[in-house]
Amino acid sequence: MREFLLGKLDGHALPHEWFTIAGSIAFIAMMLATILVITRLKKWKWLWSEWLTSVDPKKIGIMYFIAGGFMLARGGLDAVMIWLQQAFSSGDSHGYLSADHFQQVFTAHGNIMVFFVAMAFIFGLINYIVPLQIGARDLASPFLNTLGFWLYIAGVVMVNMFFLLGGEYAATGWLAVAPLSGPEFSTGVGVDYWIWSLQISGIGTTLGAINFIMTILRMRAPGMSLWKMPPFTWGSLCSMVMAVTVFPLLTATLFLMFFDRYFGTHFFTTTGGGDPMMYTNLIWMWGHPEVYILMLPAFGVFTEVVSTFSRKAVAFYKTNVIGMIGVSSFALSVWLHHFFTMGASANVNAFFGVMTIFIAIPTAVVFFTWIATMYKGRIKFDTPMLWFLGFVAIFTIGGLSGVILGIPPADFQLHNSLFLVAHFHSNVIGGVLFGIFCGITYWFPKFTGIKLNERIGRQAFWCWVIGFCMSFIPMYILGLMGAPRRLDHYDASTGWQPLFVMMLIGGIIIAIGLALQIAQIIASFIQKNRLRDATGDPWDGRTLEWSVASPPPFYNFTVIPKVNSRDAFWDMKQAGDHKPEYEDIHIPKNTAAGIYISIFAFFIGFGFVWHINWLAVVSFIGILIVFIVRAFDEHPEYTLTASEVKELEAARTKQAKAERRHNPTNDRDEDMGLWELIKVIVTFGFGLARKTLTRGKA
Amino acid sequence: MSRHIDHEAEATDRVMFGFWVYLMTDLLMFAILFAVYAVLHGNTLGGETGRDLFSLPLALQETLLLLTSSFTCGIAMIAARQRKKAQTLLWFGITFALGLAFLGLELYEFAEFIHEGHTMQTNAFLSSFFVLVGTHGLHITSGLLWMGVTLIYVMKRGLNDHLVRKLAMLSLFWHFLDIVWIFIFTTVYLRAFV
Repeated sequence: MREFLLGKLDGHALPHEWFTIAGSIAFIAMMLATILVITRLKKWKWLWSEWLTSVDPKKIGIMYFIAGGFMLARGGLDAVMIWLQQAFSSGDSHGYLSADHFQQVFTAHGNIMVFFVAMAFIFGLINYIVPLQIGARDLASPFLNTLGFWLYIAGVVMVNMFFLLGGEYAATGWLAVAPLSGPEFSTGVGVDYWIWSLQISGIGTTLGAINFIMTILRMRAPGMSLWKMPPFTWGSLCSMVMAVTVFPLLTATLFLMFFDRYFGTHFFTTTGGGDPMMYTNLIWMWGHPEVYILMLPAFGVFTEVVSTFSRKAVAFYKTNVIGMIGVSSFALSVWLHHFFTMGASANVNAFFGVMTIFIAIPTAVVFFTWIATMYKGRIKFDTPMLWFLGFVAIFTIGGLSGVILGIPPADFQLHNSLFLVAHFHSNVIGGVLFGIFCGITYWFPKFTGIKLNERIGRQAFWCWVIGFCMSFIPMYILGLMGAPRRLDHYDASTGWQPLFVMMLIGGIIIAIGLALQIAQIIASFIQKNRLRDATGDPWDGRTLEWSVASPPPFYNFTVIPKVNSRDAFWDMKQAGDHKPEYEDIHIPKNTAAGIYISIFAFFIGFGFVWHINWLAVVSFIGILIVFIVRAFDEHPEYTLTASEVKELEAARTKQAKAERRHNPTNDRDEDMGLWELIKVIVTFGFGLARKTLTRGKA
Repeated sequence: MSRHIDHEAEATDRVMFGFWVYLMTDLLMFAILFAVYAVLHGNTLGGETGRDLFSLPLALQETLLLLTSSFTCGIAMIAARQRKKAQTLLWFGITFALGLAFLGLELYEFAEFIHEGHTMQTNAFLSSFFVLVGTHGLHITSGLLWMGVTLIYVMKRGLNDHLVRKLAMLSLFWHFLDIVWIFIFTTVYLRAFV
């Protein structure tokens, strides 16, 4: 009976290692604090109806950013734990983590950074910006969008479940290679947590990608042909087409792995005729394109930023777009370079090696279009542009080391060495993460109506670049010296320790950079009057998202613009304003169906992790019911009449005018520095403490 | 008012397009399962092969049932587009019955195998067979569920635009499953006897 009710779940599962106990306490304390604050401020209803159930892609985008930001800190903590272990675990010292814990930490680090940080930020950016860039009021299916977001959140909870409830995380590396991840060699629940966190959020990604393809191909403003689409939208389209091509492969592969573990089938086992290398093939057929799915929207961001801050239209626009399409199609046929050592024939290795090196060509084409855009431009070095330049330097190092790794004989030497780890971190941090930071800095005024603090932003940027070089250039050297990846202990005679210590210091500098970025956002809100962007167009932008107010009204455009050229908004600015004619707008209603489905999806996963079959079955029925009720709701929209739109617009214009009069820009001020920020925070803290104390007396 | 109709037509166009994209993702999932079957179908560990296990007459019956159901589904859709409620219900009812019969035969085949001790835990060949054919069966099951629920709503609400759109997607899904089955019939059943 007990086994029927709770499956494998019992008291032994509860956290009992010091770091899981600390993690659980920290998590639960954070949750309690959040609940307390929201209850004290009586904000539950507001939170539910304005944010959680919202189908507005702008709000969902912001929620992706917040969740992604938390996970970035979480994954960053894992990174610091890895660095710490490696810096001290030499010779007689075995560091502070056991080998098994260390493996769980680096597995979690990889999964979190790729799935729950990079994907979240990229989806956040696409959600917020793409509809604005193509002149659409919403996404093709607002419901699929909220469903995708909440499935992602269910995945986030699942990946952190071992903190809250216990058990363990996978100790198999971020792709859970078979047969190590099979039932024979991984007997705990770690791999099951891994499977279900990826499965649930991966299905969310597929749904989201379908939605964005529908949106981009079917909802562009009249006149915007494909060749007139802004570069970020192009990058997103390439990325989403790749996502619908490869995420189904992930879903299928994870199901097969689940069958192996749960039902005892023989797909990837060493016994029963299974084929472990088939798993490696299947997972990398998804895994390699996955990094390009993250990269292409970032390419789009950089194209936008280079063009805006060079005050020029994108040079060789079509070449740039063809380059992106080239990258995304080549990326589908290079997966085998992750395991040249598998022992495929020389010809097979040669084909994949050549394809891998080929990918450098369209990438370089895209780079040259950026250089051509900057050529003879009047370049402004605001922080978005700095992130771009940092990206060029670091990504080039990563790209060139990638070409080295693409040569099969060289790869036989470098396979699974730290050289490889340094290579993909150069691309993922230098490319994807810098692209995300660049995009967020660039569009922050659009999200909030406030520009980001430049001074602290610049400091954060330099911390990231210097910290990156200090931690990853030694890693390249270590790799060439023969240090393998996933190393929890090494011999003192190797002489590697100084380089590992240097990596740790670099990591700390990166952490300071991350802290400065948080400080940057706080400082910007403190000086919001000074940094307010009342025009909606702070950078003198060229594309449609800058033609609406910052932040945009919930219906995005009062009138759907007509597009005649690539730089639609630039032309509008040249031509001057004209009076809008208002029309009825269809707005999708909020829905909680996505939340309910995701809760049930989470419990399906949870049931399967702990072998609680009834829970999985009940949850599945729950999903069916919610889905049917939602699918046959014939009125998911309401109409905002033209006169209502007119009133809303009038109110908004009036408020914007009042704000402008109230807060005249004062050019004598400047962006607040770090010390000033600390002073303001300390003063505020004292003030708050005094107020509570005096109130206590009264 | 005309603007409202435009809005609905645009929505239908978008939804149908999105559904096509979804079908392609589903197809890729089947592609993986087919590839896995192609790799593993010989790994029987000396046990019975497909040739020893499969019954061609049974597979042919299944195929004929599903093909016929695709035909009746097409007729039902013509009726639905002409807003003929009784005919729509009749032809979709026949489609439903044929689908159910197909599912029954498939379950019978599975039960037979399991009864004889050929389970999906036996070897890699049977693992890949059960998962490939079973995934198709699961799709048929969800198609039947979808059909049943939609038909109940059609009875209650009549054939409005919203429900006709649902039926149009359903018929796409049904034909899609038919195509996948043709591939299963050839690569799994027929190929075992070549």
